[in-house]
Amino acid sequence: MNTCVNFCGINFKNPVITASGTFGSGQEYSQFVDLNRLGGVVTKGVANLPWKGNPTPRVAEVYGGMLNAVGLQNPGIDTFCKRDIPFLQNYDTNIIVNVCGHTTEEYLEVVERLASENVDMLEINISCPNVKEGGIAFGQDPKAVFDITQQIKKIAKQPIIMKLSPNVTDIKEMAKAAEAGGADAVSLINTITGMKIDINRRSFVLANKTGGMSGPAIHPVAVRMVYETASAVNIPIIGMGGIVNYEDAIEMILAGASLVSVGTANFMDPQSTIKIVEGIEDYMRRYNVSDIKELVGAVHER
Amino acid sequence: MAIYKEEAIVLSNEKLSEGVYSIVLKTKDIAKEAIAGQFISVYCNDSSRILPRPISLCEIDKKENTIRVVFRTVGKGTNEFAKYEPNTKVTVLGPLGNGYDLSKQYDNVLVIGGGIGIPPMLQLAKNIQGKKQIVVGYRSKNDMFLYEELQKEAEVFVATDDGSYQTNGTVIDAIKENKLKADAVMACGPMPMLKALKEYCQKNEMDCFISLEERMACGIGACLGCVTKTKKKDHHSKVHNARICTEGPVFDAREVEI
Repeated sequence: MNTCVNFCGINFKNPVITASGTFGSGQEYSQFVDLNRLGGVVTKGVANLPWKGNPTPRVAEVYGGMLNAVGLQNPGIDTFCKRDIPFLQNYDTNIIVNVCGHTTEEYLEVVERLASENVDMLEINISCPNVKEGGIAFGQDPKAVFDITQQIKKIAKQPIIMKLSPNVTDIKEMAKAAEAGGADAVSLINTITGMKIDINRRSFVLANKTGGMSGPAIHPVAVRMVYETASAVNIPIIGMGGIVNYEDAIEMILAGASLVSVGTANFMDPQSTIKIVEGIEDYMRRYNVSDIKELVGAVHER
Repeated sequence: MAIYKEEAIVLSNEKLSEGVYSIVLKTKDIAKEAIAGQFISVYCNDSSRILPRPISLCEIDKKENTIRVVFRTVGKGTNEFAKYEPNTKVTVLGPLGNGYDLSKQYDNVLVIGGGIGIPPMLQLAKNIQGKKQIVVGYRSKNDMFLYEELQKEAEVFVATDDGSYQTNGTVIDAIKENKLKADAVMACGPMPMLKALKEYCQKNEMDCFISLEERMACGIGACLGCVTKTKKKDHHSKVHNARICTEGPVFDAREVEI
């Protein structure tokens, strides 16, 4: 039985990776999860300089999910390279660095700095709904997606994954723009912009008013978008959005994802990632799937 | 310090006053490791409520391997907990956070709790070896949960919002009215109380350690959902935003900008 995935020329021992922003750089979760058993760790977004993030409250629970407006608080690329990358290098797992910025130049600065670092892939966050400049502004217009992808691709030494926003009319257009710009892969979906109001105080629960919704409630939306994207582009896809168990992960793979990212599920159970790895293996044994490749995009009409 | 994810077992669940419940949980390892001021994350058995609830430890019994949590029902999650019968299994993560540092000796410590910030002060009062006095703020006379238990640990001064018991007003009013003197304050309670104590202690040159509360997601320092502004650069992100779940919840009041 082969659970290995060759993704943009990089070998993943299994398709399960973490979702950016939910797993830090793995340090906190390493006390619950053997990181060696994961296909890869996707780090929290890192910018050229430290970012303070948004005021609190930054998180709120909603039915079957949560909202967050952390606003990409991060220590900046210098601390990240000194502290987080060496930590992850202790493990036999792929390192995917999520890159964020307010401007094209800021993204490029981080990508350039990472060129000499021993990391496997870069995921470019052009879809964070919680920062005013940059982030999602790059991810809601196909022309902007094309431009930033092309510029990053020119200087990146590692394969690049463009992380797409679901907060668009047609995600296929964004995926095609990323592909045309030279992206090696796309990942989707980032969070869906939402809002929660405290009816007792008649005020917004989050200091940022809006936040990105994640968790099991958004999973069907993510499956649909991965399916649509798979039919529109030829580059491989990382599927994410509300995956909390192996069934969700298999669904995402059948819809067309080669790798799956597990995010909010880590908050529900710090051992979610490992349980999903084991569940996928059981599923493959049960259905006699000899290579996980057979499942990618294998959904068919009834 | 190790953090454990366990299936704890409810030994008892008792209503202390309107909307305030006391649950004793049998644990495997959490009680052994825990100190006063730390908290646990309690997962709901209804999985539509995806985030664990951070709840402070009211008592830690290392011999019996039990922990006690006293909480107010404020939403669907805590209302679920309030209904737990003995023998219910509950998934918990802990002990979390730093807890109170009791390594420094003081001549007299004021242990101060306000509202649902009172429960962690019970274990803290038990653990402070030197001289101590307790000051607590309740809504009213009918709401005085844990009062008798606190009285076993030290002299207790009470402030009530409606003046129905002892001092009418805040814990600061009770300190002033009773002319309490100390060289340190250790406190947990609502933000206005903590702000007032920070200011009071600064003016009177007292050490002040306060336990902060914030909405949390992961509880272990990964998600950066719960932060507080700090004077010094924080250790994690270097942006003057410390994680309440990890660097806190107990902070030196001088080091946080609340």
